[in-house]
Amino acid sequence: MQIGIFTVGDVTPDPTTGRTPTEHERIKATVRIARKAEEIGLDVFATGEHHNPPFIASAPTTTLAYIGAQTERIILSTATTLITTTDPVLIAEDYAKLQHLTDGRVDLMMGRGNTGPVYPWFGKDIRQGINLAIENYALLHRLWREDVVDWEGRFRTPLQGFTSTPRPLDGVPPFVWHGSIRSPEIAEQAAYYGDGFFHNHIFWPFSHTRQMVDLYRRRFEHYGHGSADQAIVGLGGQFFMRRNSQDAWNEFRPYFDNAPVYGHGPSLEDFTEATPLTVGSPQQVLERTLSFRDNVGHYQRQLFLVDHAGLPLKTVLEQLDLLGEILPAMREGFAEGRPEHVPDAPTHASLVAAAGGPKDPTVYAEADAATGHRAEDAEEVQV
Amino acid sequence: MTRLVVVSAGLSVPSSTRLLADRLRDAVVEALDEVDVEVIELRDLAHQVTDHLLTGFAGPELAAALGSVREADGLIVVTPVFSASYSGLFKSFFDVLEEGVLDGTPVLVAATGGTARHSLVLEHALRPLFSHLHAVVVPTGVFAATDDFGDAGLDRRIDRAAGELAALMGKVDPTAPRRRRTVEDELADPTPFEELLRRSGEV
Repeated sequence: MQIGIFTVGDVTPDPTTGRTPTEHERIKATVRIARKAEEIGLDVFATGEHHNPPFIASAPTTTLAYIGAQTERIILSTATTLITTTDPVLIAEDYAKLQHLTDGRVDLMMGRGNTGPVYPWFGKDIRQGINLAIENYALLHRLWREDVVDWEGRFRTPLQGFTSTPRPLDGVPPFVWHGSIRSPEIAEQAAYYGDGFFHNHIFWPFSHTRQMVDLYRRRFEHYGHGSADQAIVGLGGQFFMRRNSQDAWNEFRPYFDNAPVYGHGPSLEDFTEATPLTVGSPQQVLERTLSFRDNVGHYQRQLFLVDHAGLPLKTVLEQLDLLGEILPAMREGFAEGRPEHVPDAPTHASLVAAAGGPKDPTVYAEADAATGHRAEDAEEVQV
Repeated sequence: MTRLVVVSAGLSVPSSTRLLADRLRDAVVEALDEVDVEVIELRDLAHQVTDHLLTGFAGPELAAALGSVREADGLIVVTPVFSASYSGLFKSFFDVLEEGVLDGTPVLVAATGGTARHSLVLEHALRPLFSHLHAVVVPTGVFAATDDFGDAGLDRRIDRAAGELAALMGKVDPTAPRRRRTVEDELADPTPFEELLRRSGEV
């Protein structure tokens, strides 16, 4: 079981002080939070991707590479990578590079994004969201698996004899999760490829999460990747804890009431009942988290959102300290009753082992394949 | 069995909107042999409708109401007139309804107001809304001003509109697919990925 955190990189005023961090402070805080995640023993740190204020989550591989240089163990992931509006060729290059730099501590979660204007800003049509996710991923999947790709599709300029560099580390592409809250087509896509499926059920009732995960599991089996209970499932989650439960409620309430996503809507009481948001003591957070299995079966990855809604860095780090305290019990709880045949989430090491060991995937080229000239000839040619 | 759902957006209890809704319901029930009827009072769902707008998901009672509308073979929708249009609550309920749910559904539109001077609200607000939702709006809409509740003309309009709705509902084949596929359809019976892949390339 992998346990980790994910951030959406929102720059939100602290409703209790009215102060909004600067972009610089928030970017540095993100790195501090990621380092803390490794310190307390978490398995995964994932960042979102946004291309508009109030977020600092653009350029995710820059952030992840910088964090990768300051950590040793934690898996760096995304939540999510915009497969709709980002050129799959750039995704292939960026994340393969990140794999090499971090010695394989990389996976990705594909998503369609929730900010409408991002589509036109990047020259796409939002009405084609699902089709873009399907076509772009089909190309990305090939770019990491075939050294030379000829490709023609609907949304991107064609490729002839294209090699995405660097080739994936050890010849093994990063593991991919597909995240979707409400699009069964994406669960179907994850099942088809035998990839992971992540349901960020933090804003949604359990009943809906269960339906989406059930569909993915059923179709994973249908496509021959294993039995339904061997499908690779991840869930979002959200908590606020203090040693004394009532202190947690009192401290978190103003952040909840003013949160950009659900603020000024349902009461904290109603929302904690309807969704996985848990406010209370560490023991309560532990028990609630372990109960997620009742809805989706034994699963592989649990990511929590902890740095959002204007919570100050100090509070976020305290939350992580408390999470660190219940982490051993959480791991023990998740291991309890887990059948042997339910796999862990794939890692670079497990994927390399499954592929029969590491390969050097380098595509050695004599000359610049695009122009046919050696680099040293380039000066003459340019004149 | 044929399913009739009545959506009433009156705010007071009792309300003249609900009174009109009940009379329309009775007239449609009388015109059809057998029919399942459910009345949805939007006042009871007002908090959950607003929460849905803010959070993106429906609370349990609202989810049940939206499910009933999805399954309906015919709808009667009744709103009070507020500021020259349907009420905000009425519109918000249809705003949180999933796209495609009313495709081809016969709908009887009705409204209440203080005076008959508001009656064109049926034509300039309700009818375009339900046309946009791809519903089939029956030709006769029913407007009831306060005075109309003492006028025999209202009965005639109710009977005519109810007859039109019943006639359309009588022709509904409950087994025939008439809607675009919704999330619920996909969850129950997903489109195979090869088909999704093929469609993604279609211009």
